[in-house]
Amino acid sequence: MSGGAQNLVELRQLSKRFESRRGLFGKPRAMTAVDDVTLGIPKGRVTGVVGESGCGKSTLARLVLRLLEASSGEVVFDGMPLGQLSGGALRKLRRRMQMVFQDPYSAIDPRYNMADALLEPHRIQGIRLSRADARTVVGELLGMVGLGPQIAASFPHQLSGGQRQRIGIARALALKPDFLVLDEPTASLDVSIQAQIIALLEQLRSELGLTYLFISHDLGLVRYFCDRIVVMYLGRVVEVLPQPHAAPRHHYTRALLDSNFVPDPKRRRTIRRLTGEIPSAFDLPPGCAFAARCPRADATCRAIRPDLTQTADGHAAACHHPL
Amino acid sequence: MALLTVENLGIDIHGIRPLDGVSFSVDKGEILGIVGESGSGKSLTALSVIGLLPLIGGRILRGSIRFDGIDLATLPEAEFRRLRGRRIAFITQNPMTSLDPVMRIGAQIDQVSMLHLGLDARAAQARSIEIMAQLRIPEAATIYHHFPHQLSGGMKQRIVIAMALAADPDLIIADEPTTALDVTIQAQIVDLLVELVRERDVALILITHDMGVVAQTCDRVVVLYAGRVAESDAVAAIFERPRHPYTRALIGCIPRDETAHGNLTGIPGAVPSVAHYPAGCRFHPRCPRRGAPCDHIVPVSAAMDGGLFACHFPENSGVAR
Repeated sequence: MSGGAQNLVELRQLSKRFESRRGLFGKPRAMTAVDDVTLGIPKGRVTGVVGESGCGKSTLARLVLRLLEASSGEVVFDGMPLGQLSGGALRKLRRRMQMVFQDPYSAIDPRYNMADALLEPHRIQGIRLSRADARTVVGELLGMVGLGPQIAASFPHQLSGGQRQRIGIARALALKPDFLVLDEPTASLDVSIQAQIIALLEQLRSELGLTYLFISHDLGLVRYFCDRIVVMYLGRVVEVLPQPHAAPRHHYTRALLDSNFVPDPKRRRTIRRLTGEIPSAFDLPPGCAFAARCPRADATCRAIRPDLTQTADGHAAACHHPL
Repeated sequence: MALLTVENLGIDIHGIRPLDGVSFSVDKGEILGIVGESGSGKSLTALSVIGLLPLIGGRILRGSIRFDGIDLATLPEAEFRRLRGRRIAFITQNPMTSLDPVMRIGAQIDQVSMLHLGLDARAAQARSIEIMAQLRIPEAATIYHHFPHQLSGGMKQRIVIAMALAADPDLIIADEPTTALDVTIQAQIVDLLVELVRERDVALILITHDMGVVAQTCDRVVVLYAGRVAESDAVAAIFERPRHPYTRALIGCIPRDETAHGNLTGIPGAVPSVAHYPAGCRFHPRCPRRGAPCDHIVPVSAAMDGGLFACHFPENSGVAR
């Protein structure tokens, strides 16, 4: 499915439902944030998940690391089904999989200096370090993310956004993981800093042989950074592009591409408006969730939900009338 | 004479000087992009033009802001009020902060034309619904009676645009109008703004951090860095032959289809804060072309082929480095 590479992580029919009620006495209603996602994440590669708000990409990220319990389905990490592990065994396995969050400021305790923040993973795992070892670990981690040793004594509010995200990455690397889930790691950064962080992630991946799951709303960035792209819409995978520049088959992926602002005034997009808005995940239509906005939608699309069908080249799309 | 001409603008906020010598102009039917990263002074430039600096304790130190023959830099607040909302409209980044959460949407749009155009309630309602329909708000007459929380982010931003248009302004300043929106909705709103400018012949200042949005929409561009204009020029020139190294670097930060792996490197360092502006050219600590004068001599703005740039060692201009 992924060009011969072995899968480090496999998601099997993974779903997550949330329930809520409208007001205090309202009827309870359910929404399916992640709906029946089956996906392999190949070792040593970058798998991108792209979609707009409400598509379930951040919920998926949390399910993969079992920070959220799935409603059904399972996550298999290096052959081990996470759902069947005990708390202790799961914690041990967590050394091998870490997450980098969008907002490094809220991910770091404001009272910790950076040395404390970087040593927190060791503390949680019960790994005792001598003072000299701790200093070495902190120095190495800072060096890996391009920060100088003087940063160790500073507090989060003294750092710039880019420096804080470097700390977020360093902390994720502290226990020498194999797998990183990157949830919009550059979304709150300026473009010049975003590009620095992406370059750093590229370098770390090749040096340490890491596997990434990269979550983003920015298709341009995903197409640059990822080896393979998963497009989500309202909780479901609608397309899997086996190469980042493969031509889209799903109309939603096409619309995402058309909505991308190419930084070249000679290639101005003709205004091809995608009408309509993303429907609420609480009352999804029975057929294809994209039907209401799709230029090709017909009666079949509104009645029957298309399955994700894969062709020989690993390209998969869930569409009755693929491009 | 352009509709709006800003010359050599400098401001003071509680003793700090975040803008220094900012100049640009924009005419009717034209889209001017003001682009820069956070801390470059984009939003302060907008606040200066619409006379809202006093709200944040700021004042204009020097320079002029000429709008259709009026100097806004020295205009008394009482007179400014007749201009703001009427001839100069402002669209902010977060539509939620521009709308009153406990007031129906229609009434909020009506207010503008009642206040500025002197319409009665009935005429104002008809006008509001008409503008909403022009902005492709479905079932405008129904939505008119809704409250803001009943609408999506994209719809709310359309309402804010409808309010901006209600008094038929000559100049619209939009400060990151799509940053909080999803990408497909962002594209809809940007397309809508471009159409408005062409159809209604208004001037639009589009403030953004996104070089992609600039390339796709603007006629001319001002690149701000740390409170100064690094470069300004026609959009084609900015992308084809940037002269300021910061302009080139900023464009290089956005991946394109043809960007090969490893070629996205960013700009080393970070945008300095206003309290720590470096001497000389403020970009010099991050600049790949810096030379002897850059760390102590402020480069003066030079004009060439209709563009302006402030650099000791500009690219694409015959100056050797």
